[in-house]
Amino acid sequence: MLDTVAAGIAHVLRRMGGRTVAIVGWLGYATRFGVAVVLESPAAFARLSLTLREIYFSGVLSLIIILVSGLFVGMVLALQGYDVLQRYGAAESLGVLVALSLVRELGPVVAGLLFASRAGSAITAEIGLMKATEQLSAMEMMAVDPLARVVAPRFWGGIISMPLLTALFSTLGIFGAYLVGVKLIGIDPGAFWGNMQAGVDFRYDIVNGIIKSIVFGIAVSLIAVFEGYDAKPTAEGVSTATTRTVVESSLAILGLDFVLTVFMFRGVA
Amino acid sequence: MNLNRSALDLWVGTFVAIGIGAILFLALKVGNLINFASAPGYRLEARFDNIGGLKLRASVKAAGVVVGRVERIRLDPTTYQAVVTVKIDEGYQFTTDTIASILTSGLLGDVYIGLDPGGDTQMLADGAKVTKTQSGVILEKLIGQFLFDKAATGGGK
Amino acid sequence: MSDPSTPASVPAPAQPECAVELADVTFGYDRRPVLTGISMAIPRGGVVAIMGGSGCGKTTILRLIGGQLKPQSGRVLVAGDSVPDLDREALYVMRRKLGMLFQFGALFTDMSVYENIAFALREHTDLPEELIRDLVLMKLHAVGLRGAARLMPSELSGGMARRVALARAIALDPMLVMYDEPFAGLDPISLGVVGQLIRRLSDALGITSLVVTHDVYESLKIVDYLYFVSEGKIIAQGTPADVRASNDAFVRQFVDGAPDGPVPFHYPATPYRSELFARA
Repeated sequence: MLDTVAAGIAHVLRRMGGRTVAIVGWLGYATRFGVAVVLESPAAFARLSLTLREIYFSGVLSLIIILVSGLFVGMVLALQGYDVLQRYGAAESLGVLVALSLVRELGPVVAGLLFASRAGSAITAEIGLMKATEQLSAMEMMAVDPLARVVAPRFWGGIISMPLLTALFSTLGIFGAYLVGVKLIGIDPGAFWGNMQAGVDFRYDIVNGIIKSIVFGIAVSLIAVFEGYDAKPTAEGVSTATTRTVVESSLAILGLDFVLTVFMFRGVA
Repeated sequence: MNLNRSALDLWVGTFVAIGIGAILFLALKVGNLINFASAPGYRLEARFDNIGGLKLRASVKAAGVVVGRVERIRLDPTTYQAVVTVKIDEGYQFTTDTIASILTSGLLGDVYIGLDPGGDTQMLADGAKVTKTQSGVILEKLIGQFLFDKAATGGGK
Repeated sequence: MSDPSTPASVPAPAQPECAVELADVTFGYDRRPVLTGISMAIPRGGVVAIMGGSGCGKTTILRLIGGQLKPQSGRVLVAGDSVPDLDREALYVMRRKLGMLFQFGALFTDMSVYENIAFALREHTDLPEELIRDLVLMKLHAVGLRGAARLMPSELSGGMARRVALARAIALDPMLVMYDEPFAGLDPISLGVVGQLIRRLSDALGITSLVVTHDVYESLKIVDYLYFVSEGKIIAQGTPADVRASNDAFVRQFVDGAPDGPVPFHYPATPYRSELFARA
């Protein structure tokens, strides 16, 4: 009886050990891939048209969803924020509340999640499909490195698009809050903008928000191109890879957000 | 799917332009970039027994007008006094007998430093010390004082 | 034709006429051997077929020659250069001498037919656009698709896509072209067209052609020599005449298309009788 228990435990440990080794190995592979992509990047900029094309596909085509979402998030924030603030007679701080929430957290995080779902999954699907139809192999055999020609432009396209989309998201959010707060509810616009300007610091809030969006952009782009490149060359493999991109990107964004927030907004004096 | 080059350039250019525009909007209209980098100024030092709830980047006001910001707060290890460094915007001069007090705007409001200039002919220069200061009001001490006074007058009757 | 910049750690091959030479090559994944003891010598300018059932390692041979895989032992020589020993730069230089036709074409779906063929020219040469245009139209004309230059790959039929891929493979006038199942899934007319193109281009341009296929009929019509691969080993080889007259059991089964023979009909299983009665 003791033997079977011991054997069972040994089996579980071996499985866990095997999984851990596999995960560490996968991390190593992913890191090597990431380094290779960065090293091949000069080619992506030498052929600027490639990267511009990718900025179009990840950035411009994501504009609609980012702008609309930003607007609605801002409006809802204003509604909910007003409801709570006016109980303490602090309705005039609505501008500060919305601006700080958006610029520090909601802008980078929500824009990042939306970007991962729309652009990240598209990038993964594209690269995965090229792998499945042997286009990447064909490129290799024509002595053109697919990392330089296909992967690196998409990687940098994503990184460049993210901070811009985040800024637009926050801007539309503040505008939405303005519409609801000032136009709809009737808060004094002077107080709205004045308190906001007094409460939001450029270096502390806005720059930190931009840094967050750049970090998220790097994470999402890297995950998207890696999962595409690593996908199994079948229809099922591509679909699994796209799902993995969205899930992994979302977790990465939320995890990195926590880490960055701890470092950036620790002890507001 | 095959976008011609000029349409692509147009779209990407527009995208980048409005993105940067949004960042500028956030920096200028939403944040305080205008007040932040450009304003040249000079520094003054003031010592307080207690700064109360004064925080970094709190305003420095004279006659209710913001004239500067609190830059640094530290404790003097020998005198156990709070040493506050403030940055005053260029263009505002204060006399050497100016009083710096720690005030609160409203009961629950922000804590700031109020400057009350005197009648001296000399002006404070960059790096000078404000000699006359008034510490912040600590609510607990005020209540304690009130109760003590009440007890004293009540007992005296 | 050896590139003086490659590390020449391998002595010159015995037959300098060989475009490709494999000597006792072994390759496998972890514990699973895919190829064992493969030796081939492919002369310059010839058309050679590698035949065998699915999954026997034919495509792996092409990947070994192209440098996408490294053998565990043995030599792989292309025009005298040992492919596994080339560093990345030299490998990319070598690949410009190769053309490869992938199964189903593998055309770049985001580019037109014209741009697919111009791709290699634009990447590897500094030729002006007018010259590239002439070259692309020339290659397209050779495969009979000059009128389809502006179409997108999604608008092409299977046969047309295969032909465009062929034009793309010869864009840089390579010395060796490898065809991975060029006849798979084509209608009889397209089959004939592709087969004839392979032969005619080979003769006209002096290209060495290596065709991996299991289409016996077409191969026997156009090739100079055949290799038969089964379970990772070469089990037969010869000219089309040799093959037609062969008495080897595997070759006969393959050529005649017989369902049972050295390649068994039944997947390995327990004896039928015992499995039927096992439930009782």
